[in-house]
Formats: sequence, C-alpha cells, structure tokens
Amino acid sequence: MDINATLIGQGLTFFVFILVTMKFVWPNIQKAMAEREQKIADGLAAAEKGKQELEQAEERSQELVNDGKQKASDIIAQAQKRGDEMIEEAKSEARTEADRVKASAQAEIDQEIATAREKLKTEVAALAIAGAEQILMREVDKSAHNEVLDKVCAKL
Amino acid sequence: MASAAPSPTEYVTHHLTHLKVGEGFWSLHVDTLFFSWVLGLLMIWFFRMGANRATAGVPGRVQNFVETLVEFADKTVRESFPGPRAFMGPLCLTIFVWVLLWNLMDLIPVDWLPRLAHDVFGLEYLRVVPSADPNATFGLSITVFLLIIYYGLKGKGVGGFAKEFVTHPFGANPLLVPFNLILNVVEMIAKPVSLALRLFGNLYAAELIFILIAMLPWWIQWIPGGIWAVFHILVIPLQAFIFMVLTAVYIGLAYEHH
Repeated sequence: MDINATLIGQGLTFFVFILVTMKFVWPNIQKAMAEREQKIADGLAAAEKGKQELEQAEERSQELVNDGKQKASDIIAQAQKRGDEMIEEAKSEARTEADRVKASAQAEIDQEIATAREKLKTEVAALAIAGAEQILMREVDKSAHNEVLDKVCAKL
Repeated sequence: MASAAPSPTEYVTHHLTHLKVGEGFWSLHVDTLFFSWVLGLLMIWFFRMGANRATAGVPGRVQNFVETLVEFADKTVRESFPGPRAFMGPLCLTIFVWVLLWNLMDLIPVDWLPRLAHDVFGLEYLRVVPSADPNATFGLSITVFLLIIYYGLKGKGVGGFAKEFVTHPFGANPLLVPFNLILNVVEMIAKPVSLALRLFGNLYAAELIFILIAMLPWWIQWIPGGIWAVFHILVIPLQAFIFMVLTAVYIGLAYEHH
C-alpha cells in the first residue's frame, strides 16, 4: 500500500462535495418533498371534505324529495277530502231541495184536497137539499129549514 | 495488453501501478484523483439537475431518482443518528453515491481505459477504480473519523467526551482508567481503519480478479468474467451502503448520550 498525499486530496475533495451537496442539493430536494407531502395531504383532505359535502347534499336532496312527496300526497288527500265534501254538500242540498219541493207539493195537494172537499161539501149539501126538495116537494119551506140544513152541511 | 507481450507478473504489476507524480509521501495518484473528481462532479451535476428542477408537483425522472437517493440517505441517518440532519444527510448521500460510482468503475473492462490513456495520451500507468486505492478510502474514512470526534464533542461536550473516554466501558474506578483509555483509543482508531480497509479490500480484490480473468484466452473470458461481474454487482452497492451506514452509526454513537 502506497499511502501519500492523495489521501489529503481525497479527504478535501470529499469535504467539498459534502458541502456542495449540503448547500445546493439537499435543501431543494427536501423542500420539494415536504411541499409535495403537504400538497398530497391537502388534496386528500379536500377529497375527504368533498366526499362529505356530497353525502350531505345527497341527504339534503333526499329530504327535499321526501318533503315534496309528502306535500304532494297531502295535497291529493286534501283534494280528495274536499271533493268528497263537495259531493256530500251537493247531495244534502239536493236532498233539502227535494224535501222542500216535496213539502210544497204536499201542501198544494192538501190545499187541493181541502178545496175539493169544501166544494164537495157544498155540492153534496146542494144535492141533499135538492133531493130533500124532490122528496118532500112543497112541504119544505126553505127558509124554515135553513137552520137544519146548515147543521147538516156543517156535519159533512 | 501491453505492446511487447508482457509476462503475467508484469501485466498484473502494470495494472496495479498508479499514475503518480512526486516522490515519497508528498506525491499524488493523479489517476485516483482524476477519476474521483470526474465521478464526484458527475454526481454533483446529476444532483443539481434534480435539485434545480425540484418541484412540489409531479417530479420528473431525474428529480424522482435524486429524491429516492435523498430519502434513502435521510432514512439511514434518521435510524442511527438522533441529532439534526442538515449536515449528516448530505454527508451520507455523498458517501453512498460517490463510493457507488467509484465501485462501478470496476465494471469497465480492465484494459480499456489504461489502453486509451497509453495510446492517446501517452500515459504509462492508469488505475481507474478510486476505491481500490487505499488513499481514496482512507481519505474518506479519516474525514469521517474527524467528524466522529467533532460530533462527539458537539453531542457530549468536551467534558462528557473525555469522561466517556476514561470511564467507558469498564467503569469509573481510577484503577480501570488506563484500560478504558487504551480500549477507547483502539476502538476509535479501528473505526476509520476498518471502514477504509473494508472498502479497499473488497474492491482491490475484485479488481485483481478482473485482471487475472483478463489474462485468460479471449474466447473464454466471458464465462468467469460474466460470473464475477454479476457477483460484483452485488458487492458494489453493498460496500457503498455499508460505508454509509457505518458512518451514520459511528457518528450517531459518538453524538448520543449513553
């Protein structure tokens, strides 16, 4: 082995290279790697956040859809109910009207009956008197028996 | 192979001789320095390319690759070193990638670059694997050794560091102080030595085997060469990784309170 000043040259060279690496290489690379690490971490966090937000939005939209469905079915139910009510109202109105018409018809009929009965009474009385006149001929004095005839008439 | 059909000994020796300037200790292995500089600059250029374009958005291929390396080094440091990583991270990253590139030079066929250097630039010798030169591995491990001491002082304070040196591992009994001291000194010195020799030994041996394989007849070389290269592909990152992890562990141990 031939040990000589090459040793010193090598040692110095080595030291210079270390210093150059330390000054111009190491910090740049370390910085870039640290920054990239940060970027990746940020990106992952953002992705996570985005995912969560998407989930929330989905939840919200589901809620809205459910709400809408609920409202729609409420409206339909209300309309149904209102329709039923209207039909019911119309029915009862018709019934009242029918009753009213029936009652007035009844009243008219009753009136008619009463009038006809009145008329009949008078006619029967007249007929009875005429019959009695025929039977009794002259013996009957109209004026003398009027009172009796009226009584008969009233009984009819 | 050299021009005048050299003997096996000459061939091997030729391949194991550095391109050297100067004499004695104050000489330099120009080939080791050149290739480690070229590889180091390649590494820095590549890192810069990744770092310049670094964005927090979708990373490009280069950035992605550099980031993978940075994260790998950062994780290794985090597991063994409890303190701030602004220096330790780049240290381990530099060690891993630089040593890996050194080791990869071993996979270039052993004659290519020396031949090129000889024929084009007229250079007599050339060794292309910096980690097969103990000067390179010791250069690294001694720097690491100084950092171990620095971090030991920084983490425990001068008093704490000295106290651990004389009271650990046997205890604070004054009679045991010399033994503690001797053991700690040995342990301290063993760290850079083992770091450097492990890397050097592995790569030197591998290089030697590639050189020996290169002396076989050309038509058979691909079998042992292929097998050894496949095996060596495992060794290359492994040795770089071991160097990095042990550096982190040693400095972590020095820094931590017991």
